[in-house]
Amino acid sequence: MNFDDTPQEAAFRAEARNWIDANAPKQFEAELSKSSLGRIRLQKEEIVDVGKAWQKKKAEAGWACLHWPKEYGGRGAAPIERVIWQQEEGVYGKLTQPFQIGEGMCGPTVMAYGTEEHKRRYLPKLASGEQIWCQLFSEPAGGSDVAGLRTRAEKKGENWVINGQKIWTSGAHYSDYGLLIARTDPNVPKHKGLTMFFLDMKSPGVEVRPIKQANSMQEFNEVYFTDVVIPDSQRLGAVGDGWNVSLTTLMNERMSIGARLATGFPEMFEFCSNLMTDRGLAIDDRATRSKLANWAVKASGLKYASYRAISALSKSKRPGPENSIGKLVAGSMLQDIAMYAMDLEGAAGVLTGAAEEEAGGQFQQMLLTSPSMRIAGGTDEILRNIIAERVLGLPGDIRVDKDVPFNKIPTKGR
Amino acid sequence: MNFDFSDEQKQLRDEARKFLAEKCPPKAVRVVLDGKEPYDRELWKGLADMGFLGVAIPEEFGGAGAGHLELCVIAEEMGRALAPVPFSSTVYLAAEAILLAGSDAQKQKWLPLIASGDAIGTLALFEGKGNPSPEGIKLSATGGSLNGVKKPVPDGAIADFAIVAARTGSTGRDSDVSLFLVDMKAGDVEARTLTSVDPSRGQAELAFRNCKAEPLGAAGEGWSTLSQLLDRAAVLIAFEQVGGADRALEMGRDYALDRIAFGRPIGSFQAVKHMLADMYVAATLARSNCYYGAWALSTNASELPEAAAAARISATQAFQHCAKNNIQVHGGMGFTWEFDCHLYYRRANATALSLGSLSYWEDALIDRMRKKNAA
Repeated sequence: MNFDDTPQEAAFRAEARNWIDANAPKQFEAELSKSSLGRIRLQKEEIVDVGKAWQKKKAEAGWACLHWPKEYGGRGAAPIERVIWQQEEGVYGKLTQPFQIGEGMCGPTVMAYGTEEHKRRYLPKLASGEQIWCQLFSEPAGGSDVAGLRTRAEKKGENWVINGQKIWTSGAHYSDYGLLIARTDPNVPKHKGLTMFFLDMKSPGVEVRPIKQANSMQEFNEVYFTDVVIPDSQRLGAVGDGWNVSLTTLMNERMSIGARLATGFPEMFEFCSNLMTDRGLAIDDRATRSKLANWAVKASGLKYASYRAISALSKSKRPGPENSIGKLVAGSMLQDIAMYAMDLEGAAGVLTGAAEEEAGGQFQQMLLTSPSMRIAGGTDEILRNIIAERVLGLPGDIRVDKDVPFNKIPTKGR
Repeated sequence: MNFDFSDEQKQLRDEARKFLAEKCPPKAVRVVLDGKEPYDRELWKGLADMGFLGVAIPEEFGGAGAGHLELCVIAEEMGRALAPVPFSSTVYLAAEAILLAGSDAQKQKWLPLIASGDAIGTLALFEGKGNPSPEGIKLSATGGSLNGVKKPVPDGAIADFAIVAARTGSTGRDSDVSLFLVDMKAGDVEARTLTSVDPSRGQAELAFRNCKAEPLGAAGEGWSTLSQLLDRAAVLIAFEQVGGADRALEMGRDYALDRIAFGRPIGSFQAVKHMLADMYVAATLARSNCYYGAWALSTNASELPEAAAAARISATQAFQHCAKNNIQVHGGMGFTWEFDCHLYYRRANATALSLGSLSYWEDALIDRMRKKNAA
């Protein structure tokens, strides 16, 4: 048992480190280091522009989408090398946020189901950040129940005509392409009537409307489709096989190994170490120490669970399921930490101005943003179902709509 | 990175699991639980024959000389099987104390007896309520003679020798504490068996009256040795706790698959599934913290104090969480004497206190993290 690199891994790490040291946009280092949660904002520049420049530089030197084949813009690297790269990229990895859905979900789906021509045409530009992709799955009527989606695709000659609405689409407003799942047959049970496509987000009839969120930011969008035409050549997988194709997409979300999950703990430990309360230093208080210790072992438990997964990769083995707990643990931790930090501040905890507030408003921001961490990318409840069913082998929930034609499923309760 | 046990160590785990499944089924645990025997003598002998008692004892002292990673592997299996033997007191506490502070003669005398299963040892630290602290040690040592009362002492009534923490000074410093080794066969220690929430493991009160004792380690070094000893034992007991937590989770999972209510397996109800998923989360966090503890223990890393506290807290929480919710998944059957759920519940809550309570280790972790941050 050790934490050492193999000689090959060490050589790869040194090469990556040297390149990053010589090429990273260091003017943003301090700003990037400070942001620990949610979307990153830069003071003077748009994150997408800075991100695109960094991604392009990486792609030119062969450091983008490392695990992809070279002919599609990658490096053909081993999974462990990708993890090492992420460790070395450090805070600059935050600049890759606009590309993560494309790299993690859309790209692998095109790779699995696209034609050779598609792959050569779209993947290298996706890898280099020149073109950004978004994922058009969720709908107002289908969040956790994705297969309940209602957006229609109807065949007209060699084309498909799309009508409907998607929601919670991160980055739709700056995306060039979208991966779209739509209903092609409402007369069969819900999982069987879906088909996967990709489309140009500039197509006539596509309208992107930003959603103002509970934390007053705007990162998600609604996307409306009115008679949008998609050529049949942009279909991925067979007609009616969209559900299986979407599972490929979602499986690729495993990419989180090695990527840092924000828990809020390092910020909280520092805050409590320095905060003077009416009863002395916060960290000297018994109740606070107990909470800190509980969060500390969760944060370290997540860290070492990811080390176990990395060790499996290092031996070219598939990681076990231990990494599936990450977002479930981190999401509610952020929320609990934010609330307790504000509690320690007393009456002034309500204030958000960086000038008045002890920790520059970071916990207030965490409070307002953390609910989304327990919902986006699978709610806490869906994640518990996944652990229960896929890891522990418990039976799936009984689904009353499973064998019913989609157009016969009730759409309202009560 | 190779943050995992080796193939040989995993083989050892399989071997230990197989051995314990055969020699230590729940009905063997119940013989001790029911008070028919103070511990499972046959199992103890078997563990010696397998080489498990001396797995981390150097070969020159009659052990297998493997190491502490191997001991962690065995510890997990002992916890999983709820082995009703004085393993933790003899191996994690007594043998480790001798290895840390014993003279060559003491090592020569006691370690081979431990490895062969011919000597049971323990640590007599606590004196009633409270957590480990130099101030809590009142038992006096004057002129090599001990006076005072220790309780609870794990396996105190069956021990052949005890490591005893005693007060040898009154300066108010840690150096007021020294360790002694007492041969219980000499007959001047009065042992009284105590009842506890987990009768599958023994607890005793030991009364020392002008009792002859030999020093273990230098005078005034007792607290320093104890601090190291408790950290080392915390990692090992954390592995026992993780083993117990995993088994309780499996029992709950198996029952949820088997038990039908409202016309379906109860494991298909989200309320039950989510409870089991949370048990898995707790057990996974604990196991991951324990691996770090195992690394720190086996390499004697400077991170050991922090790693040990994290492993201890995480594993205590996980075992308690899994054991109590295992009963919950079983419903009324889980509250019967007949079902084994309460065995895990008892052991979880007993081990949670065995080296100091959860709050003691929480304090320790925060202190150690602050010290590291300040450095």
